Amino acid sequence: MDFGLSELQLSMQENVNRFLAEEASLDRVREFAASDHSLAEDIWTGLVNLGVVGVLVPEEYGGLGLSAMDAAVIGECLGNHVTPVPYLATCVVAPRAIALAGTDSQKDEYLPKIADGSKTIGLALSEACAARGKNGASVRNGKLTGTASFVSDPHADYWLLADRDARLHVIANDARNLEVKVMPQVDRTRPLCELAFSNTPCDSLPNSGSTVLQHVLDVAWTTLAFDTLGAAQSMLDQAVEYAMNREQFNRVIASFQAVKHMCAEMAAEIEPSRSLLWYAGYALDEAPDDAHLHACHAKAHMAEVGTFVAKTATVVHGGMGFTDLLGLHYWFKRIGFNRQYLGGPEWLREQAAIAQNLAA
Amino acid sequence: MDLSYGPQYDTYRQELREFIETHRDQAPRNAPLKSDAAKSWQKLLIDHGYTARTIPKEYGGHGGDPDLLKARIIGEEFARAQVPGGLGGQGISMLVPTLLELGSEEQKRQFIPPTLAGEMVWCQGYSEPNAGSDLASLRTSATLDGDEWVVNGSKIWTSTAHLADWIFCLVRTESDAPKHQGISFLLFRMDTPGIEISPLVDMTLAPNFNEVFFTDVRVPKEQIVGKRGEGWYVANAILGHERDSLGDPNATLSRMTRLIELMKEETIGNERIIDNPVYRDRLMKIQARVMSLRFNDLRVLSSRLNNTDARLPRMISKLQGTELRHELEGLAIDAMGETGLMYGASEFLRDGGSWQNQYMYFLGLIIGGGTSQIQKNIISERGLGMPKEPKFEQSSSKTN
Ligand SMILES: Cc1cc2nc3c(=O)[nH]c(=O)nc-3n(C[C@H](O)[C@H](O)[C@H](O)COP(=O)(O)OP(=O)(O)OC[C@H]3O[C@@H](n4cnc5c(N)ncnc54)[C@H](O)[C@@H]3O)c2cc1C
Repeated sequence: MDFGLSELQLSMQENVNRFLAEEASLDRVREFAASDHSLAEDIWTGLVNLGVVGVLVPEEYGGLGLSAMDAAVIGECLGNHVTPVPYLATCVVAPRAIALAGTDSQKDEYLPKIADGSKTIGLALSEACAARGKNGASVRNGKLTGTASFVSDPHADYWLLADRDARLHVIANDARNLEVKVMPQVDRTRPLCELAFSNTPCDSLPNSGSTVLQHVLDVAWTTLAFDTLGAAQSMLDQAVEYAMNREQFNRVIASFQAVKHMCAEMAAEIEPSRSLLWYAGYALDEAPDDAHLHACHAKAHMAEVGTFVAKTATVVHGGMGFTDLLGLHYWFKRIGFNRQYLGGPEWLREQAAIAQNLAA
Repeated sequence: MDLSYGPQYDTYRQELREFIETHRDQAPRNAPLKSDAAKSWQKLLIDHGYTARTIPKEYGGHGGDPDLLKARIIGEEFARAQVPGGLGGQGISMLVPTLLELGSEEQKRQFIPPTLAGEMVWCQGYSEPNAGSDLASLRTSATLDGDEWVVNGSKIWTSTAHLADWIFCLVRTESDAPKHQGISFLLFRMDTPGIEISPLVDMTLAPNFNEVFFTDVRVPKEQIVGKRGEGWYVANAILGHERDSLGDPNATLSRMTRLIELMKEETIGNERIIDNPVYRDRLMKIQARVMSLRFNDLRVLSSRLNNTDARLPRMISKLQGTELRHELEGLAIDAMGETGLMYGASEFLRDGGSWQNQYMYFLGLIIGGGTSQIQKNIISERGLGMPKEPKFEQSSSKTN
């Protein structure tokens, strides 16, 4: 038995981390945050060159044809570097949904463009997870009506939408009768918008339905959990490094037991979560009966651990953590975003209970 | 135990409620500092004795007799009505009490009236890049040159320095004295030549903070509070006031009242959040802690009235008050879910984005004014009598 990341996964992480450290530094992230949030072409192209963008696209469509776990561990790197790209939507959820629920011609249409990075796809799935308010969209005669909120990536070329009947549709950003409103939010590395439809044309994926929707949500939740894991690990690393260098009372603050314990507690929360996430990622493709339950717990639990780490690592930095000088808040906000996006922890735990027939 | 305030206080409370109802439309909402709205509200409250109540009239206060119960009723009623009480800010909440205690007669007359009126805004120049928790190691220096102090050095995390007219500032005047005995407490104008302010953005994205640089800033000799070398003790008088005001349970109560409304408004599926037992239980837990801290305050108040000991209840208030407030704001975000992420002007925002803003800001206040770890050191060492950590006189090597 071997419970751990494979050599391939480790080397992918190494390559992606190296690239992001060099080409997607915090300065670049700041630049993106201050921009109109259109695609960060330089970072995107780099990820295309690494093959990462096509990780889930089957090989016959020009992708790597790897597993959902492989995709998730790449997601961990992006969280680690608070990278502002539509990875979850375009590279993970959309190709999986289209591969499962699209016709051959739809696959021909979308998958090669995903794999070569020429098109991006955002997600309009929030109404399928703990929907707030009365939003949602329905399809009649092949046209969409309604609204979708908290839709990722306002500048995407397409969006993947779940309608009120759990069916999936692709909407082009230049579709007729489509209104896009930006929804400014706290994590400026992942822009959101609202889409309003009135008889808006869409390309429906005929084999979609609740089973496919549930699977792609499980994939999304697990990948988001990995994103938080990467971000939390980075915050812990930054806290340890800061504590080893900052002196107060004539000693490095890392020599205060209070500070050491804060860091040890973060590690003690992160490490078992990492193990949970590994299994959740593995289950997506290798143990389908376990996938849903573990995806719920992975996202919910990682959200709690992430919240704890985000706060604690900030406190270790003192006033420096609260200011923009070190940019630590980009990680704090990324973790905060992942906590709420596509379902908060309370709702996900309820889903976990439902999955085990423990709740109505 | 006698919990009745007495009939005269019931009348007082009733009058105050009527006052708030009559005037609530005049209450400023997010009015900028020194705006007419803010100043006239402040004046109205001082005239009626609802702020600056016990500060003598000659210093611009209301001149009432000290009455802790009235002070408490005022705090409670403004919170209950969710109407802003008197002006706060570091000048009013920290400098004024210190001047009243330790300032010269001239200083009181010069500084207290305009500060109370909201015309003179102050900032607190304590922390330096290398002197945060270890404030006493501060290095900004002042040397006497004729009738003037000459100040050199820099401060950091100085809230509202860019808006302030004056600064109360800790400087090292006795370079040979032990570190706690070499500090003095100076007051000077922020437009004095040689002061440079550079804004620092914080995680809320507001430019609340600054770095302040001093190059040969000349300050009249008499603008010192207390004697040379006594600044540390003057500052500690103020820190007590600051800690009393951070995490104020009345303000937390006011936020909780709003949170309850919010949880009735927000839905998940077709269910109101308040009808969901999980969120409701979290709310009830927080409510119990808000209540505990409010009764804790009552106990501190009672001990002052009756000269009994309430050291521990007072020591824990900054630690618990700021942690609780951060958690309460976080519950509101969870209750809203993705809507709770909204930040920055848009039609999708709830309550002007205050929940995200205060969630982050109170993380700042867990750090500012003495971090939670420093509070715990104080509680264990001074409150519980546990031994202090050994001190290092010289910098310990980083590999130690
Ligand atoms: C919102 C906010 C507003 C502020 N406003 C002002 C202002 O107006 N004027 C002003 O002068 N300053 C202000 N400050 C500065 C504030 O007082 C300092 O940030 C605070 O005292 C902590 O100092 P530091 O940032 O240097 O952190 P550090 O002292 O470097 O602390 C870093 C970490 O080490 C820990 N630590 C340090 N010493 C010990 C110890 N002995 N035992 C255990 N743990 C320890 C801390 O708890 C923290 O986790 C403000 C800060 C904030 C966040």
